Amino acid sequence: MTRYLIKRILFMIPLLLGITIICFAVMHLAPGKPTDLQTQMNPKASAEMKERLLSLYELDKPLHVQYVSWLKKLARGDLGTSFSSDHRPVADKILERLPITILINVLSLLIIIAVAVPIGVLSAVYQDSLFDKVTAVVVFVGFAVPTFWLALLLMIFFGIHLGWLPISGLRSLNYEYLSTWAQLADLAGHLVLPVFISAFGGLAGLSRYMRANMLEVIRQDYILTARAKGLSERQVIYKHALRNALLPAITILGLSVPGLIGGSVIFETIFAIPGMGQLFYMSVMARDYPTVMGILLIGAVLTLLGNLIADVSYAVADPRIRIS
Amino acid sequence: MTFWEMFYKNKLALAGCGIVALLFVVSLFAPLLAPYDPGAIDLKNVLAPPSAGHWFGTDQLGRDVLSRMIWGARISLKVGFVATGLAILIGTILGAVAGYYGGWIDALIMRFVDIMLCFPTFFLILAVIAFLEPSIWNIMIVIGLTGWMGVTRLVRADFISLRERDFVTAARAIGAGDGRIIFLHILPNALASILVAATLGIAGAILTESALSFLGIGVQPPTPSWGNILTAGKDNIDIAWWLSLYPGLAILITVVGYNLLGEGIRDASDPRLKR
Repeated sequence: MTRYLIKRILFMIPLLLGITIICFAVMHLAPGKPTDLQTQMNPKASAEMKERLLSLYELDKPLHVQYVSWLKKLARGDLGTSFSSDHRPVADKILERLPITILINVLSLLIIIAVAVPIGVLSAVYQDSLFDKVTAVVVFVGFAVPTFWLALLLMIFFGIHLGWLPISGLRSLNYEYLSTWAQLADLAGHLVLPVFISAFGGLAGLSRYMRANMLEVIRQDYILTARAKGLSERQVIYKHALRNALLPAITILGLSVPGLIGGSVIFETIFAIPGMGQLFYMSVMARDYPTVMGILLIGAVLTLLGNLIADVSYAVADPRIRIS
Repeated sequence: MTFWEMFYKNKLALAGCGIVALLFVVSLFAPLLAPYDPGAIDLKNVLAPPSAGHWFGTDQLGRDVLSRMIWGARISLKVGFVATGLAILIGTILGAVAGYYGGWIDALIMRFVDIMLCFPTFFLILAVIAFLEPSIWNIMIVIGLTGWMGVTRLVRADFISLRERDFVTAARAIGAGDGRIIFLHILPNALASILVAATLGIAGAILTESALSFLGIGVQPPTPSWGNILTAGKDNIDIAWWLSLYPGLAILITVVGYNLLGEGIRDASDPRLKR
């Protein structure tokens, strides 16, 4: 197991290198320069000053030199300094925003599991029942709904029409004056819509996948054996079938990580949540290369970690994989 | 049963086909169908709710929302087809080469696919688009360039299973070259799954374009697109629900249409794949 883990982690390094090379090349080969935003609108900026600004950010050097110096800094845990006016280290800027993004993504993963698995199992066990047909339609529409549109509709309905939920930010204005429990409740209220929106996309995929898995497992011989030896239907479904159908779903969850992280840009921008996605959007708009590179790297690391955790838990749960 | 008989019996696939056909008609005849000029500003009629004169209301500049949505259909159609066409082209070529030749070139291509799949795709698209000038062509190219990995895997799998078949050996025996075998013998057999991937890909591209336009880095105003009408919906969320409701509904119906069509083609072309 330890050897497997070490092998998997070592395998991540060339992948990450490849990812950073592609990001670096794509961003720096694009025609716009980050200094354009600072100088274009300024009639006083002379050609010489533009040159000086470029050399300050080391953007006048050849691409591979810039990349190697970026890598060297990375090896020391330094992601560079932001180009934006605060000139703070990129690592600090990301770290202070990462927890909220991870919190929302983990919460939505938990919701996806808690809702999609029972839906998938029930619609497989009661195949072609009304429940199965209704969920099939819901899932199909769920695949096609643009989540940002759903977010707008929910904001209009729950936030404005009913006034039940706050629609922006993480805290109310009177947050400082609330008791600890009220603060928690306030935070939870602010999280309801973002977490739901973030989970929504994954719900459809996993429940359909669970249904397909379950249908396949139910037809296996060992289920027939379980029935033949007189086990109750409950035991057959929940003990024998469910376990085997759940295993492959772990991989699907791992694969859904990039989608969740990518989606955080959309819902954090809509709900004005100060997370990594919002920082990414703002940095991209400001052509803040170091911050964009840093977040792309963190996003890729989180994706690889998600896949690794999925594969490891698969191996832990399924002895057949551990042995081979 | 033939492909067409299977397809014709599938009511849902026919419905999807109808939706897609309707979108084509609307896009083609947009100038005739739109009741108003989509760019006509009417400052006396700003943010008017739906009425007999303006079925879907007006936006913050008094422009007719229905007319803008009809013209927006053109944009989604264009983005969907060009972006997916590019993704299919890249994916098919790489997948065919990887699956047919195998060996180191296969390993190289598949590692590249792995790397591309590690990105949260939406991050990558955002990063590239923002550094380019946001134009409709750039969007189509970037969505295409970040969407080919699934097709590559699919085509590769098809090629691996097909290249050992007897008809390939027969073609090789009569002296056919690699290019001829790949394009004339194997590729036609993989066409059905490529077509399905393309149809579902169009739906995905339309969703991505609308999200980008919504964030303000897609199709730029004053050109109307479903996504950028929704941006106006967000800005006026507390007063003008119609700006948020209708364009999103159009996206939803369009995507459902392409998905139904795609699944219909899959079920009809290969009954074994039927769920």
